[in-house]
Amino acid sequence: MTSSASTTLALARPNSATFFGYTPVQAVALAVMVALLVLSPGVLYPVFVMKVLCFAMFACAFNLLIGYVGLLSFGHAAFFGMGAYVTAWTAKNWGLSAELAILLGGVTGAGIGVVFGWLAIRRLGIYFAMITLALAQMVYFVCLEAPFTGGEDGIQQVPRAKLFGLISMQSDMAMYWLVAGLFLLFFLLIHRIVHSPFGQVLKAVRENEPRATSLGYRTNDYKLIAFIISSFIAGIAGGTKALVFGIATLTDVHFSMSGEVVLMVLLGGLGTIFGPVAGALVVTAMENYLAQFGAWVTVTQGAIFVVCVLAFRRGIIGEIGARLKLAL
Amino acid sequence: MFTIFGIPGPLLFGQLLLGLINGAFYAMLSLGLAVIFGLLNIINFAHGALFMMGAFVAWMLLNYAGIGYWWALLLAPLIVGAFGLVLERTLISRLYKLDHLYGLLLTFGLALVIEGLFRNEYGSSGMPYQIPSALQGATNLGFMFLPNYRGWVVVAALVVCIATWLLIEKTKLGAMLRAATENAPLVQAFGVNVPRMVTLTYAGGVALAALAGVLAAPIYSVNPNMGSSFINTVFAVVVIGGMGSIIGSVITGFGLGVIEGLTKVFYPEASATVVFVVMAIVLLTRPAGLFGKAA
Repeated sequence: MTSSASTTLALARPNSATFFGYTPVQAVALAVMVALLVLSPGVLYPVFVMKVLCFAMFACAFNLLIGYVGLLSFGHAAFFGMGAYVTAWTAKNWGLSAELAILLGGVTGAGIGVVFGWLAIRRLGIYFAMITLALAQMVYFVCLEAPFTGGEDGIQQVPRAKLFGLISMQSDMAMYWLVAGLFLLFFLLIHRIVHSPFGQVLKAVRENEPRATSLGYRTNDYKLIAFIISSFIAGIAGGTKALVFGIATLTDVHFSMSGEVVLMVLLGGLGTIFGPVAGALVVTAMENYLAQFGAWVTVTQGAIFVVCVLAFRRGIIGEIGARLKLAL
Repeated sequence: MFTIFGIPGPLLFGQLLLGLINGAFYAMLSLGLAVIFGLLNIINFAHGALFMMGAFVAWMLLNYAGIGYWWALLLAPLIVGAFGLVLERTLISRLYKLDHLYGLLLTFGLALVIEGLFRNEYGSSGMPYQIPSALQGATNLGFMFLPNYRGWVVVAALVVCIATWLLIEKTKLGAMLRAATENAPLVQAFGVNVPRMVTLTYAGGVALAALAGVLAAPIYSVNPNMGSSFINTVFAVVVIGGMGSIIGSVITGFGLGVIEGLTKVFYPEASATVVFVVMAIVLLTRPAGLFGKAA
């Protein structure tokens, strides 16, 4: 899994000049992305861009695990979906302000992440994927039956709570700036984590776990912490999406959502900085476009999986980076 | 009416039987997964979709060609097995040199494609498949009425599982298979055509899934989602049993079906989650699984 990602990463020369861990090209790409964030609501439907940004956050969180630790989780929908439920429930029933409701969604994701991670890191590779999948399925069944999720109906008509109890989020543009801000915050945070000493150990675990152990690192602790961070951000992403659309449903915890985030990251490029964002954009746009054709969405997603695995393992951004000999 | 632990006997035995039936399918599916994993080192995520295909092929044979249940029991596994053979040759075989997780992602994609295509063609609502006339009706066992078809499914699944076990443990072919699982290059050096064996093993595992699908067709309605609802539980079963032994996956499959059935009697709210709770407990106490060797 990691071979293609590591070849891309190896291109980041440590001796080249960096700004806060960004190479000049990455800094330019980041500036372009921020410019797009500011300009796109003027061109595109803001709700669509918000949806893309929520999924981009989710995909970045997932990429932290698979791209930098080499752990394939097939249960991330549990964090995303439970984050959505808790944010929706607290905003609706307790009248919490937006930032607190979203934060609680993230904390919920992290809480479930502690349990999942604690159980799943006992096994490696394929088993890790199967265990996370099975645990997420359990969360799905709990959500199906528990009274607070509203069963098949989900939690509907969630109010867009005021930010800090002061700023109204009713208009799409106000909500947009909140979502864009959250996305940028966690995008930068993940980059910071990956390039910290902690992140270097994560990469060492990915490349050669026995060796990292022999160097004195408790690799399981590192994996667990990375898992919890990832599930926290996934919960934030789910909570944000619940506030944007005013609804939290079983779709968000269903295992096809776990599959979707894998697809986004695989298509965008495993272990690249901008790949998950590109993947989220392409997958969300495709779903919007194909929604009228029923199950063809599923068929197309499956076909993209097959093509990516067989012929396009670097993903969009990884491929561009490899062609230009740059780490993106 | 007699009761056991305050539960009416017929209810208890009825749920036990349902549990045994589910367990029969868990056992057949996890058996196929274990055989495929042993030799190919991939988790066949498409297993549920191929199980569903088995049921659909039986339905199509009946409705388009007028071929009944008993022939379908033979033909559907052959047809779906041939499909698996093509999948292995054209797609999966390209991944053996890569990380095993790519095999998981590829077969996941295949499952999406297969299920999506069937959903487009037949919709999500189920289609009925008649129980064959020889197995209609029920038998009075004294303590409960046993629907004949359900009894047949349990017996048939047991026979198939034991036959597979005998094939792998007691025949020359099985010996070669086990040797190739241990050390494929060495077996190849002895002149055994290992790539062909790998292909046939995948086709065989797939055929087992399809056979389970045909058996399931009269019990559950034939619909495109019937595989995905099973497969997640089957993965949990595989984790609990460990992939090390054939007989282990069979015992675990039946055992968990029964546990699920009993939970439905005593604490119905937990019946959907009990398998996963068992999985968590097993992971905490025996991380390699009940029958698995420490990896």
